[in-house]
Amino acid sequence: MTLDILHPFSITFMDMMNFATHIGLAHFLLLSAVLFAIGLFGLLTKRGIIPVLMCIELMLNAVNINLVAFNHYMPVDDYSGELMAIFAVAVAACEVAIGVALAFRIYRDRGTVNVDDLNSLKG
Amino acid sequence: MTDVLSFIHFIVNGVMDFLVSIGAPDLIMAGIFYLMAAVTVLSALGVVLMRNVVHSALMLTASFIGVGCLYIYMNASFMGAVQFLVYGGAVAVLIVMAIMLTRRPDMAHSNPSRGALHQLGAAIVAAVFCLVMLIVSMASPFRTEASHLGDEVKGIADLMLTEYVLPFEVAAVLLLIAMIGAIILAKGVSENDA
Repeated sequence: MTLDILHPFSITFMDMMNFATHIGLAHFLLLSAVLFAIGLFGLLTKRGIIPVLMCIELMLNAVNINLVAFNHYMPVDDYSGELMAIFAVAVAACEVAIGVALAFRIYRDRGTVNVDDLNSLKG
Repeated sequence: MTDVLSFIHFIVNGVMDFLVSIGAPDLIMAGIFYLMAAVTVLSALGVVLMRNVVHSALMLTASFIGVGCLYIYMNASFMGAVQFLVYGGAVAVLIVMAIMLTRRPDMAHSNPSRGALHQLGAAIVAAVFCLVMLIVSMASPFRTEASHLGDEVKGIADLMLTEYVLPFEVAAVLLLIAMIGAIILAKGVSENDA
């Protein structure tokens, strides 16, 4: 069954109830889209380095949810999707370690972790 | 005694049949999903909206644990365990350590945001992204049945040590380089070492 977005008026109340009570791929895609959007909002609005790092972690988590959901709900024959998610977790762990070390170094050298003050590359 | 037991059995069977006939298992699974999704999304909102960065870190950990529960919901229990260990454990501790190493005089306002115009712009960007993804998700095949792939850990291990052995080795080298790099960045190199 496919929800046809080109004909929104053909969706009945029963279709909507069916969609709400049968958890499938679309729910996980929606959830990860919301998580990614929250992370994007925080990334664009936060001033400190560490909150920005936290928001990047949220966005990486949203991507991993997508990978695992596709692996679980699509007719695939192996666990490639979850393996990609595990590699993504490894890369994210490296990224957060380097990011924390950089934040600590910047704080020690410049006495600030505000991203707006780190503008020495600005012409 | 046997009559009483068989009567209870009869009642329980009837109740179970009734629950199954109105679709209660689906409803319960949907309820669990919505509970975990609410925990995850509200904690993620807390990360962005909290004024104190330590509270943000706590909310981030709650969000990671919610995502791990969702992995377990999708029968990816190994992935859930990895999520709990790596994100709920290591990454959360690293971030709290970074907060404590770069602490400011007043922690109560340690997580400032930009002005209202910036926030409006960011909210529009996030909303447009969310809308596009909503349309894409709704247009995707509405699949609810899971694929049965057998033992998860065995499947991942077979793939990781045969077909994807090169990315596996590269990930190991990457972790080593990240560890050395983080130590050098944080500790610094003295002149007579070089």
